[in-house]
Amino acid sequence: MDEEKRIGVFVCHCGTNIAGVINVKELVEYAKTLPHVAHAEDYTYMCSTPGQSMIKDRIKEFNLNGTVVAACSPRLHEPTFRKATEEGGVNSFLFTMSNIREQDTWVHMEEPEKAMEKAKDLVRMEVARASKLEPLTPKTVPVEKAALVIGAGIAGIQASLELADAGIKTYLVEKEPSIGGMMSRLDKTFPTLDCSQCILTPKMVDVERNPNIELMTYSEVEGISGYIGNFDVTIRKKSRYVYEDKCNGCGKCQEVCPVSRPNEFDLGLQPRKAAYVPFPQAVPLKFTIDMDSCIKCDLCKGEEACGELEAIDFDKPDELITVKVGTIIVATGFDMYDVERKEEWGYKVFDNVVTGIEFERLIGASGPTGGKVIRPSDGKTPKTVGFVLCAGSRDQDEEDGAKPYCSRVCCMYSLKHAHQLIEKIPGVVPYLFYMDIRSFGKAYEEFYYRIQREGGKFIRGRVARITEDPVTKNLFVTAEDTLLGAPLEMELDMVVLANAVVPAESTQKIKSLLTLSNSPDGFLLEAHPKLNPMSTTTDGVFLAGMCQGPRDIPDVVAHAAAAAAAASIPIHRGSVTLEPIYAIVDPEHCGGCATCIGLCPYGATELKTVDDKLVASVNEAKCKGCGTCGSACPSGAIKMQHFTNEQIMSEIEAFAQGW
Amino acid sequence: MAEEFEPNILGILCNWCTYAGADLAGTSRMQYPPNVRVIRIMCTGRLDPAFVLKALSVGADGVLISGCHIGDCHYLAGNFKSRRRVALLRKLIEEYGYDRERLRMTFVSASEGALWAEVVQDMVNTIKKLGPNPLKQAGAAQLEGAVADDEF
Repeated sequence: MDEEKRIGVFVCHCGTNIAGVINVKELVEYAKTLPHVAHAEDYTYMCSTPGQSMIKDRIKEFNLNGTVVAACSPRLHEPTFRKATEEGGVNSFLFTMSNIREQDTWVHMEEPEKAMEKAKDLVRMEVARASKLEPLTPKTVPVEKAALVIGAGIAGIQASLELADAGIKTYLVEKEPSIGGMMSRLDKTFPTLDCSQCILTPKMVDVERNPNIELMTYSEVEGISGYIGNFDVTIRKKSRYVYEDKCNGCGKCQEVCPVSRPNEFDLGLQPRKAAYVPFPQAVPLKFTIDMDSCIKCDLCKGEEACGELEAIDFDKPDELITVKVGTIIVATGFDMYDVERKEEWGYKVFDNVVTGIEFERLIGASGPTGGKVIRPSDGKTPKTVGFVLCAGSRDQDEEDGAKPYCSRVCCMYSLKHAHQLIEKIPGVVPYLFYMDIRSFGKAYEEFYYRIQREGGKFIRGRVARITEDPVTKNLFVTAEDTLLGAPLEMELDMVVLANAVVPAESTQKIKSLLTLSNSPDGFLLEAHPKLNPMSTTTDGVFLAGMCQGPRDIPDVVAHAAAAAAAASIPIHRGSVTLEPIYAIVDPEHCGGCATCIGLCPYGATELKTVDDKLVASVNEAKCKGCGTCGSACPSGAIKMQHFTNEQIMSEIEAFAQGW
Repeated sequence: MAEEFEPNILGILCNWCTYAGADLAGTSRMQYPPNVRVIRIMCTGRLDPAFVLKALSVGADGVLISGCHIGDCHYLAGNFKSRRRVALLRKLIEEYGYDRERLRMTFVSASEGALWAEVVQDMVNTIKKLGPNPLKQAGAAQLEGAVADDEF
């Protein structure tokens, strides 16, 4: 690089965000004194069209060959200014950004003089870096015309159908024997009271029929490698001990199976056999043998059962399948808060305290009672039912694992439960113990009024304690009515705890496979909370549904469709541009010591013979640019592009000029 | 000294976790001491021990390395490697006469803006107690001689 460096420094006011704390004019004058700076200027909003045009114009006017923008975080506007620099005719990697907003004026607004000093230091450090930057050319790679969707609840189902309808081959992986997820357990949906199964099962059947969807149930993602456009995915298809192509779903194996154990789908409220489908509308309607409970009596293989079909094989092994996809959607859903940890409510101690999702099964037509609501203790019809809202939500009690956030669905499903009770049991009185009723969605507030009119009793206050009459099994609920300002105790037949929505345990594995992050609430972190809630910081990986945070079904469906649209863009475009931030080896300096080989987490470094000499080399496609190899190379032969030793050292030297 | 000692601390942060966490502290307008100047690297695995030695040799009062929590590295295991390096470096700088507390590695995720503010506050408190970089105390002339020629 013999060409003289001519750097332009552009200081953004960001309205008053920056200019309200520090003197931007002074910063511009300071920048002009720095080595290699050929021009410096400020503007109210650098990211605006005139701001960007200014960069382009000044590059030409002052014959600049490097740019520094002092503004917000590079995590926000680096792409914007890279583009402006490129359009001005300078390689976009000759641009760098000085973060004087998020990491200066916003965090030191009470000490403006020191913020000013820091801004000068930060600009000086970036100018030093800019003087050492080298032009790089991004690589374009083709995108595999297939997508992977992990999780087949309503989010995964919706996303898969959208992708498949857009002509994309979609692999849908579900760990349970059937698709449908949590929604398939619900009886009705609020506030329209649509039957949940009736609106879900057509979509489930569509998934099975769609030629573009390859459905893999009872399967788990075991490994993911690669990058946007070229992910290699390993999927373990757990053995059902039943050949799916031979099983016709007749259910004779289930009839003869002598084993009885609680059905997980019904939260253990009714039994299933060791040979089972979780629920009658399961998709695919293929039986599974639960080997943990099977006693290998062979009855299911007998003539009066599977017999000639020969679909059952106790020795059938798991299968490992590898697929190649361009983009991935994570739709791993949620778990329910373990409300047993709230000892004061006596869940699992008192028979007549149940959770919201158990109540769904109790009131559901396909549930253990065929939709007849009974008290678990004695099978009698309850006449008074309490609903404890925010059971584990909006609760600061970390010791109990309770969550500070609002779970967004419990108010509405409790209102729905109250309505269903009133509809089914004449004279029943539902009591809803609430903090605030959050009925924010379309037609939700109207539904709330409707339940008030129908006779729901609303008590504003948290339930402090539930005790039980050991003889009648009736429950005594102690609470405070905060509107009356008076304590209250009442005897109820039954209590439903509207327990919180919590991050799914199973998401953790996917999170580490894809190196995703989570937000403080434990749900997966989106690329931007407002403008990009369906993307992640890992390119080519998107989020759909509750794995990103609590939301109701309409929001899940919209989120899933958005994720599908976003995931289809690189596939339809056919190629993606990769950042040229990868390591390169200088074979002349490499001593072939192989230190870098063991360090690379992606196996991108390998030893090769060049001119009769054993040297390391980096596979550009595999390298993700962490730079770990470069920092360990004893001979300094590995250069981490865009983060070279020279560039970082120049920043450190510039830092030292601050005193 | 009439003025209170204000440490000059170099922060070397990974792009995915702590740099994002520091941005979040900004978006949330959390106020913390203005003593840290940040260099962004993609992963703490990029931390060349020479960066730390260089920073101390040119007079930094402290060096703060921060990345993703163990197990959460965007590049799988870069933070493990850098944690090992920092552990050794802390011993090494002691040999050079620096208190090991002048070098610290922390783990701050993208969602822990408040933690970043705490980490900075704590580091600044520590360095204020230790006083300026001994090279600075020894005087500029010696500092000049102590800085190795740039071989990088």
